[in-house]
Amino acid sequence: MNIIEVKNITKDYSNHRALDDVSLNIPKGSIFGLLGPNGAGKTSLIRIINQITGPDSGQVFFDGQPLGQQHISKIGYLPEERGLYKKMKVGEQLLYLAQLKGLSQKEAMEKLKIWFVKFDIKTWWDKSVSDLSKGMQQKVQFVSTVLHEPELIILDEPFSGFDPINANLIRDEILELKQKGSTIIFSTHRMETVEELCDNIALIHRAKKVLDGPKSLIKEQFKTNTFYIEYRGSLNGLEQKYQLENTKQSENDFLRTNIHLPAGITSNELLSDLLPQVEIRAFGENIPTMSDIFMRAVNEIPEA
Amino acid sequence: MRNIFLVIKREYMVRVKKKSFLIMTILAPVLFVGGYALVIWMAISSVDSKTVQVVDESGLFTNEFKDSESIKFSYLKSSIDSAKSHFTGSEANALVYIPKNVITSPKSVRIYAPKNVSMELKSEIEDVIEKQIENIKLSEAGITHKILEDSRVNVHSETISLSAEGEKTSSSSAATIIGGICAFLIYMSVFIYGTQVMRGVTEEKTSRIVEVIISSVKPYQLMMGKIIGVALVGLTQFLLWIFLTISLTTVASSVLSNKMPKDSKQMQQEMQKIQKGMPASQMATSGVDNPVAEVLGAVNSLNIPLIVSCFLFYYLGGYLFYSALFGAVGAAVDNDADTQQFMLPITLPIIFSFVFAQFVLRDPDGNLAFWTSMIPFTSPIIMMVRIPFGVPAWQIALSMVFLVLGFIGTIWVASRIYRVGILMYGKKVTYKELAKWIFYKV
Repeated sequence: MNIIEVKNITKDYSNHRALDDVSLNIPKGSIFGLLGPNGAGKTSLIRIINQITGPDSGQVFFDGQPLGQQHISKIGYLPEERGLYKKMKVGEQLLYLAQLKGLSQKEAMEKLKIWFVKFDIKTWWDKSVSDLSKGMQQKVQFVSTVLHEPELIILDEPFSGFDPINANLIRDEILELKQKGSTIIFSTHRMETVEELCDNIALIHRAKKVLDGPKSLIKEQFKTNTFYIEYRGSLNGLEQKYQLENTKQSENDFLRTNIHLPAGITSNELLSDLLPQVEIRAFGENIPTMSDIFMRAVNEIPEA
Repeated sequence: MRNIFLVIKREYMVRVKKKSFLIMTILAPVLFVGGYALVIWMAISSVDSKTVQVVDESGLFTNEFKDSESIKFSYLKSSIDSAKSHFTGSEANALVYIPKNVITSPKSVRIYAPKNVSMELKSEIEDVIEKQIENIKLSEAGITHKILEDSRVNVHSETISLSAEGEKTSSSSAATIIGGICAFLIYMSVFIYGTQVMRGVTEEKTSRIVEVIISSVKPYQLMMGKIIGVALVGLTQFLLWIFLTISLTTVASSVLSNKMPKDSKQMQQEMQKIQKGMPASQMATSGVDNPVAEVLGAVNSLNIPLIVSCFLFYYLGGYLFYSALFGAVGAAVDNDADTQQFMLPITLPIIFSFVFAQFVLRDPDGNLAFWTSMIPFTSPIIMMVRIPFGVPAWQIALSMVFLVLGFIGTIWVASRIYRVGILMYGKKVTYKELAKWIFYKV
């Protein structure tokens, strides 16, 4: 079941195409990473999902229905360019933002109390936003994004500007929200976050979707059939059958080498070839990191 | 609808709670009434009388200098030289020397004083001397005082507006004053509250909250909410000003009236004195000569309900027309400092209408008046200037229709610029781009 289905969306701005026939599905209950270099079109797509702008062609479905006014209160959005009214008090501001998302004043008040206790920020209620540090303001922004318990939470570069402690706090909250059944879209170019949190990803580059799917499948797809081995001894004689790459000294006179397997040869066969020759300390498959995948996918696309 | 109401509420509450709002609301009437009270108080309490010594060698001015509230005259019999030498030791503020040959050479009159004498004192002394010399010369020529008095004519005309309903006393001075005040109020509030809308928009942009807001509210709703919210702030301030001014005036006048009775008694006595000395023909007109009474009388002749309702309409219409444009400027730029380049085309018509208003006051039915009161850029101010003078109903109706179309137009244009502008950062925008934004599909 997909909470969001994007179908053939194209969006043009006066001098460039922001999105070019982009289609993707965001499964319910997942953490979805929307990746891409700066200016790829991520924010344009997010704004379309938030109904801030409309697509030139194509359609977006929310829970199977065409996206409409009634979905606004089901989405929580933390934009990359985010801020608060500087001179407004924290409590009033959160009440206002919650009411704009359709909560009644009473509901908003009750929910806010829970969050203020949870984040231990009770003393902030009557503070003016301009008296808070940047990190504190971001906590307030996060609360405003999730307060109305949206089914879909869209976070655009959520960790930029957070110190590690607050970043952890927010990360835990995100995981908890996922547990409760919310779907989360991350837009980011920080691959560590993606590696750690995302179940599914889509990569957008130069307005086009380059790849998408579950993270594990994509990693499988990007595997190069390369294994690493740490060993003592010599690999002489193996270079005819295998492609040996990047041999270097590891600690305690162990060597480390990457071995690329030709098609049709399994890792077991490699092991049986290795066993008589060297003393093996470690052996494993080189799984590409998200960062590798990102770089490869982006570099494979020629400049337009 | 709920959202636009929430936006209005926020815009209103944030501004009304501001300290500057409170200060402005209280300070303006206090300064206004205080200023007036001070002037009146000074006028009443300036019994700080001066003494003036007179050395009259000609002997023509004995008892011609009358003591008044502020000046006491004393005649010295001594020669001018001894008077001068004693002057520094005396308490007198000035010494007037009238030589023997004053009639033939009036310029030889001298006023001696330790400091410069006030214009008021100087002209009063000169007045008395001039009148006396004039009288002497006239009687030498055989013209008596009686003939002179009879020859003075005071022409006073009353303007009477002729219309189907019959004759009605009107007053062009009352119309001028009312029209001028209305125009000025509209001019001020368009500026003050228009800029507030603009500031509000740039504030949302620079603080980067706008994207969060428009993920819940349509940009159009946000803009209209702001415009309406600020309008209500203006209205609140306006009503508070009126209320405070009236109550302060009441308090101030009751305080001042403790000082008043003495003065008003004196005034009455003086009035009686003057009237006794006056021929009957002039006495009849003296009452009407008082311009204040005339204006107050004439105000009743003006169509007050029409003026008030038109004022409200043009006040609101002018504000909507311009504040939308101000809002668009706020959306087009990144911060307050950049607003200047787009402000000019908006402020110019407002300033021009205020300048035109001066000409229209002189010729309320001319071509300039007609056209400027039709064009929505100037009509809110100009039409309000004209209305107290009487404007044909079809012209008012036409001008209103144009203004409504005008503000619908500016709001439409502004909202097109606004929805693009609020998400545009770090770009110096040109007029050409603004024009493009209007036709963007968003």
